[in-house]
Amino acid sequence: MVELALPKNSRVQKGRHHPAPAGAKKVKTFRIYRYDPEGTGNPRWDTYEVDVAACGPMVLDVLIHIKNTMDPTLTFRRSCREGVCGSCAMNVGGRNTLACTHGHEEVPGSTCQISPLPQMPVVKDLVPDLTHFYAQYASIEPWLHTTTPEPQTEWVQSPQDREKLDGLYECILCACCTTSCPSYWWNGDRYLGPATLLHAYRWLVDSRDEATGERLDALEDPFKLYRCHTIMNCAQVCPKGLNPAKAIAEVKKMLAERVV
Amino acid sequence: MSPHLQVWRWHLTMFTSILHRATGVALYGGAVIVTAWALALGAGPDAYQGFTDLMASPPGRLVLVGLTLSVFYHLANGLRHLFWDAGLGLSVTTSYQSGVMAMAFSVVATVIVWAIGLGQ
Repeated sequence: MVELALPKNSRVQKGRHHPAPAGAKKVKTFRIYRYDPEGTGNPRWDTYEVDVAACGPMVLDVLIHIKNTMDPTLTFRRSCREGVCGSCAMNVGGRNTLACTHGHEEVPGSTCQISPLPQMPVVKDLVPDLTHFYAQYASIEPWLHTTTPEPQTEWVQSPQDREKLDGLYECILCACCTTSCPSYWWNGDRYLGPATLLHAYRWLVDSRDEATGERLDALEDPFKLYRCHTIMNCAQVCPKGLNPAKAIAEVKKMLAERVV
Repeated sequence: MSPHLQVWRWHLTMFTSILHRATGVALYGGAVIVTAWALALGAGPDAYQGFTDLMASPPGRLVLVGLTLSVFYHLANGLRHLFWDAGLGLSVTTSYQSGVMAMAFSVVATVIVWAIGLGQ
């Protein structure tokens, strides 16, 4: 359901200010979403004046710098710091991205605002609860379905068929696309969202998979698939440069083609 | 719940999408106006005169200009959707270009229609 405003207990209030350390060379302000599940208050925007000359160029470098030198309570997920794991997905300057591969200087404006992935339950600070997202991914059964007896060696695939998986297999399930989608914001309980649907297509076009019909049956639903209105936010935020909108269009085409 | 619309920096394609929805809703209003026009026509010369006077008033004209824009934008953006349904024009660059084209077309077509209409 469309809810343009945030629920009362989720409205973000003015927070604390952390001034720049003495002797800072190049100060930049970061406005960061804070939420403490153990506290009683609403989420708040804390501002940090960071000496960006003292840390690396990426948003994640800044967050780690803040945690190490200014405020150890700041909570966020991170792991690989090279755009492979998808842990540090968050909203930076109004767009979803990976903090580790996004330079803070790429963000327009003098202040850099950082919040969790949009329209998600928040565990703490920049950590969203992705349980539902993962459950939706699991619901498309993202593994090879076959009925023919298993071969003695690998399931073979021609180079041409393998190429069909390019632009799909690279997805790291960071949830940047899914949580960028207004359709998912309003109907995320039933709409599967861009990431899951991109994976659904990845198994539909896999020449080795033998459950194409069943997979299409499972997607033929007014909500699961057809809430995609080609808003295209997904393709614009994907940190891996993939195009979930295109994959969803291909799934819709497959469904249309099997009835004509 | 984390902030969404409150923090999002809008994309052009997001705007063209919500505009498609808004113009679609406006066209339902347009259908009601066309029906009222037909009803007024059936109700006799006085009613018809009253209806045309209302539509010719400045607020009436504003509504009609809005409807003209809505018709052309919804038409042009509908074509984008037609291409998308065929799996075409879905790259970020192309979708931006087609979005700008749809908006430009609706403005130009509206100006032309009203220039012709007012010129008579």
